[in-house]
Amino acid sequence: MSWIGRSLPRLEDPSLLMGRGRYVADLARGAASVKFVRSPVAAGRILSIDVPDGELVFTAADLDGVKPICPILHRPDYIAVEQPILAKDRVMFCGQALAVVVAEDQGLAEDLAEEVYADIDAEDAIVDMEAALAEGAVAVHAHAPGNVLVEGVLRSPGLDAAFADAAEIVTLDLRSGRQSAMPLEGRGGVAQYDRISGRVTLYASVQMPHMLRTGLADVLQIPEADLRVVAPDVGGGFGQKMSLFPEYVALVWLARKLERDVAWIEDRRENFLASSHSRDQSFHVRGAFAKDGTLLGIDADLKSNVGAFSCYPVTCGVEPLMALAELPGPYKVPEYGVRSRGVTTNTGMMAPYRGVSRPMLTLTMERMMDVAARRLGIDPIEIRRRNLIDSFPHRSPTGLVYDEGSYKEAMDRAVAAIDLTGFRARQKEARAAGRYLGIGFSVFSERTGYGTPAYAARGMNIVPGYEIVSCAMDPSGFVEARIGSSPHGQGLKTALAQLIADELGVEPGKIKVFSGDTDATPYGWGTFASRSMVIAGGACKLAAGKVATRLRSVAAVMMQASEDHIVLEDGLARVTGTNQSLPIPEVARAAYHQSHRFPQSGPGLIENATYDPGGTFSNACHACIVEVDIETGGVKIERFIVAEDAGLLINPMIVDGQIHGGVAQGIANALFEELIYDETGNLLTVSLADYLPPTMAEVPTIEIEHLETVSDATITKAKGVGEGGAIGAPAAIINAMVDALSPFGIEIVRMPATPQYIRKLIREAERDAHG
Amino acid sequence: MANKHVITLIVNGKDYTLSVEARRTLADALRDDCGLTGTHLGCEHGVCGACTVLVDDKPVRSCLMFAVQAEGCSVRTVEGLAKGDALHLLQKAFWENHGLQCGFCTPGFLMLAAGALEADPDLSEEEIRDILSSNLCRCTGYQNIIKSVCLAANEMRACPPSADR
Repeated sequence: MSWIGRSLPRLEDPSLLMGRGRYVADLARGAASVKFVRSPVAAGRILSIDVPDGELVFTAADLDGVKPICPILHRPDYIAVEQPILAKDRVMFCGQALAVVVAEDQGLAEDLAEEVYADIDAEDAIVDMEAALAEGAVAVHAHAPGNVLVEGVLRSPGLDAAFADAAEIVTLDLRSGRQSAMPLEGRGGVAQYDRISGRVTLYASVQMPHMLRTGLADVLQIPEADLRVVAPDVGGGFGQKMSLFPEYVALVWLARKLERDVAWIEDRRENFLASSHSRDQSFHVRGAFAKDGTLLGIDADLKSNVGAFSCYPVTCGVEPLMALAELPGPYKVPEYGVRSRGVTTNTGMMAPYRGVSRPMLTLTMERMMDVAARRLGIDPIEIRRRNLIDSFPHRSPTGLVYDEGSYKEAMDRAVAAIDLTGFRARQKEARAAGRYLGIGFSVFSERTGYGTPAYAARGMNIVPGYEIVSCAMDPSGFVEARIGSSPHGQGLKTALAQLIADELGVEPGKIKVFSGDTDATPYGWGTFASRSMVIAGGACKLAAGKVATRLRSVAAVMMQASEDHIVLEDGLARVTGTNQSLPIPEVARAAYHQSHRFPQSGPGLIENATYDPGGTFSNACHACIVEVDIETGGVKIERFIVAEDAGLLINPMIVDGQIHGGVAQGIANALFEELIYDETGNLLTVSLADYLPPTMAEVPTIEIEHLETVSDATITKAKGVGEGGAIGAPAAIINAMVDALSPFGIEIVRMPATPQYIRKLIREAERDAHG
Repeated sequence: MANKHVITLIVNGKDYTLSVEARRTLADALRDDCGLTGTHLGCEHGVCGACTVLVDDKPVRSCLMFAVQAEGCSVRTVEGLAKGDALHLLQKAFWENHGLQCGFCTPGFLMLAAGALEADPDLSEEEIRDILSSNLCRCTGYQNIIKSVCLAANEMRACPPSADR
């Protein structure tokens, strides 16, 4: 009986449901409280910082021997910038830490922070990309005139000919507002100082604990062994908890300096101001089409606002280079030209957020298909069918290799599920009654589970990708799997236990997966980029497979049978074709305590394995029906369908949960959420009353259809599925809205498409119609 | 610094005598003074609802209430929902229907739903959806939360919990 493919309730849940979770703020009791004093202006020269006497207040001048954070890309077009731990000489964005204070409790720390006064000679801030790129613009970083920190350019030789031969050229100018990943638990850390060893343990709400330890040790110039990083229960990350933030450096420095435990738990305002942002992008893209709808080529100018600094370790190249590499998505693009720039401004730092660039890339290609279909008089589904990739492996214009997928099949499933034909009839009737319904589709690929080759190709100085797993069956027959990956809500431990259970023939409840503690797990990269099920899963399968081999070898000696005849199932080691068996715990105990009997396999049941795959592409088609209220500009999502192909599903319930959550964030991207700076670089959206995540009232029921294309790209046959929901949903919704508003001839060119924005478009359309 | 007030909170049926500043929120008092860290703080300005607890059986944002205001009140937190290791029907439904991912918002949703269903066991799905839309979740897209609460509501109607709180 296989555990794979079963919707097993999660092993993680009972403690979380009973309020026994252990999030970082829960570990702060007894520690001194840390509060950062932040810049109220976006750009300027620091003249002085007045601090109250006799209190624990520190500024940049105190941080002797602490290096700035400076991530590197080995690309000639990349300009490295240094991020100081506390602002030194200049401030670069509103919210940058100027000083840090320590007091006995949070209230007192906040009181003390109020007494710190920074005299800053404010200067005009560069806030948006147009201002940053304007001729003669002030350089945000003096050594980066022009304000471009990374720039990738590609141009295939036949591009101009493709455009010369085109029957139709579609030009799109699309904009995505800035967003926050907005995990419900903000950032935070508790640094505990051990007076005996001088060692610091940093509990932190992070996705990459091993990377954080390396980064901290480098910046603080201490041995990694003097530091232990633990990610306890983490209240969501979505990419925002990947980076090395200055606050964690300050925290460890303070614990060492003061020789005591210190805690920093950020509040929501601080999370909006000073944690990372993303999705602030502006695309100018032209598509050349033949008369029959065949896409001949794409020429793109892509700009990403990367903010004031570069995030460690993935750098500010993450959005621009993802955009450059993956714009073609699931389509055959014979000729491709692209210029993709990361533009620095006096705003919060850009870092990964679920989907990284691909929500905008998918919006671009899917608007492109709908607009071309309309102009060429071709059905929008048909034009997609003519251009979707259909032979595998497929090599993209940027050299990415796509394994087997079901791009056309997923689209057909979504079209059937949403009843396109029936909808068109209903749409017509509704319009006659003055109601504006629309339907939209979004077909996309999701590159997942990629290992070191993919990151090395980006020129990263730090090349993530592999995962190491240490798997042991203990003498009691329980299994301990220690993973370098670091889940934070995905249910990964349950899914990995299901994989391991099948290898070892024991039930998942007997399998303990340990993660997030650098003292207790092998070096690894963490959970991000839809990678953990594929890569940590692959390493678990390999390591558990090696333990199973040892177990069979020991059992074979114990039962005087051939190893090949031993099967592990239902908690027993059985000799096939006989009724002979031993309970697995008995075999395990013998492996440790009677090892002299098993010279061939040696003592114990402990194995390591590493997995570093090239990557695998999931694919999906999202389809939705919306109704736009033309009086208010508001949108109601009536139906939302996801036809998803994530390969073999290890735990279908968990996969569905990932899709639901991703789609909700995609809805937020399309309709609701935006971080807004004023022209001076002051962030206006610093509370959940200003920044609007969707609630249960806005997120519809999401209907999911699964396809399961099995490819050889991963050893578990599973593909990643963490980001797809967020990648595909915005394009489906915007396409549906444009369809709904087609009587007005409106083109939606920015996200979020808020009611105010839609009303503005309708007003303009009506004004134009009435001359 | 400021004057402290000695108050008694009755939390999950147990008395806690605390000395708190007037500005101390109920959430901070529960977490830091009573050591009940199951109540989480997601925004500290009353929007996300992660800190929802029941005060005299009514759902309250504990980040918006001062501890001194709860003097003498009966407060119920997520820690009081299960009876020993036996999960409350709501907790069981969340577990079986994948109503949580990271778990950070979960205590707030559980207490909000518990308060609402105790006040009116016959709430319709639409009414439940309306009430639960006052809390935020960033992981689940809400689908399995509404499913869990509706299924638990059915079971709670079938076998109402005993009155001992």
